[in-house]
Amino acid sequence: MRQAETTRTVNLLKEVDVAVIGAGPAGLAAALACAEAGVSTLLIDANDAPGGQLVKQTHKFFGSERQHAGTRGIQIPSLFTEKLANYPNVEIMWNTNASGFYDSGELVLEDEKRFMKILPKRMIVAAGASERFLIFRNNDLPGVYGAGAVQTLMNVYGVVPGDRVMMIGSGNIGLIVSYQLIQAGVDVAAVVEAAPCIGGYLVHAAKLRRAGVPILTSHTVLAAHGQESVTGATIAEVDKEWQPMPGTEREVECDVICLAVGLMPLVDVLWHAGCEMKYVPELGGHVPVRDENMRTSNPKVYAAGDSGGVEEASSAMVTGEIAGISAAKSLGHQAPGADARLAQLKADLAAIRSGPTGEKISAGVRCATVCGGVWE
Amino acid sequence: MRLKEHPILDFPAGREVVFTFDGKELRGIEGEPIAAALHASGVRVLRHSPVSGRARGFFCAIGNCSSCLMTVDGMPNVRVCTEPLKEGMVVETQKGHGHLPID
Repeated sequence: MRQAETTRTVNLLKEVDVAVIGAGPAGLAAALACAEAGVSTLLIDANDAPGGQLVKQTHKFFGSERQHAGTRGIQIPSLFTEKLANYPNVEIMWNTNASGFYDSGELVLEDEKRFMKILPKRMIVAAGASERFLIFRNNDLPGVYGAGAVQTLMNVYGVVPGDRVMMIGSGNIGLIVSYQLIQAGVDVAAVVEAAPCIGGYLVHAAKLRRAGVPILTSHTVLAAHGQESVTGATIAEVDKEWQPMPGTEREVECDVICLAVGLMPLVDVLWHAGCEMKYVPELGGHVPVRDENMRTSNPKVYAAGDSGGVEEASSAMVTGEIAGISAAKSLGHQAPGADARLAQLKADLAAIRSGPTGEKISAGVRCATVCGGVWE
Repeated sequence: MRLKEHPILDFPAGREVVFTFDGKELRGIEGEPIAAALHASGVRVLRHSPVSGRARGFFCAIGNCSSCLMTVDGMPNVRVCTEPLKEGMVVETQKGHGHLPID
């Protein structure tokens, strides 16, 4: 039997210019921007490798080359780490949780063996998001999995989640993961969507329809069946008020119910730091009020990526870099050409958020941006 | 079930290790999460809830949700969706809240 080791607190207060929490697309971009500006940078991540959720995104990215369009998500983390390796002013801590930010300005970190305190002059929170859950009968049965979990199991570890999956949610994650299941040889019974239209990009939906997968709009899941794990589900049509219509119930044979019903920003450390928060449904929940440089109401704290509002990896790389450049600049450091780059990034962000699918995000961002666009 | 062929991904053959699940010998790949090894062997029920005794599997698979707590080498409440598998690990279905192996 393994004995619990005594947890040790390291009281040495390590000072650093910028602490970046999370090494996903936003955190990597933020850390690189800080590195280029020449500030001492500490990048912290709970996992043992960079990329956050990029590590399971086998699809090619859209958009601009500056955000790695045409590159598969899984290839992006190493593009950043190869560059970061050239900067002696960057330190990375893997397998480390950022567990609390205190009024004294101290950030407490924790790994398997010890607690550590650091004192960052600026903090960029790029902690990502967590999966939303859905209420239905027996939703706690093994076999009810988050879409991200299915992606991790399948695309990172090569283990399929089951034989036949019913996907709930037709946003881009639901559509992409459904297609990835088919690529892995798993049967997809249907994609069930409560809204009257498909949420994600047409290109992803079309791939599924060509593969013969029904996409059932105005439908919801009422119950999972099974004793110890999922053996099937009941679905039904919903009316305009989102209520299930009696008489439309039908049974779906499946051993996995995959939930792709959205994400919620991970913002705990922002709450700790006293940042002004706002509930913005378009961005997935509570998000920090920010200016256009991603600075929060706490002048030492910036948010980037999904922690600032759920979007996608391309915009996360942009908001990360904006936060990184801005945080370094507030300390009086900037790389040559940083101002032009910042203007370019803001234009890129506007382009990513343009078009019909970006309308909701843009409305949310307007709502979450401080009045007048800048802090007084 | 493990993927053997995939149109985009390669899964490098890792070192196979032996571990036990509730006393039964199973095989998995060294370093993969314990939950992935269990799932590959057809084990989906990872614990039963402390109050109502309902079966629980994993949900988020990235260490956020704590649905997958098991007892590993005597240590309760291990998140097996992220804990790497090692040779000879003793993995057990957790009963209730578990007991810490300290005085």
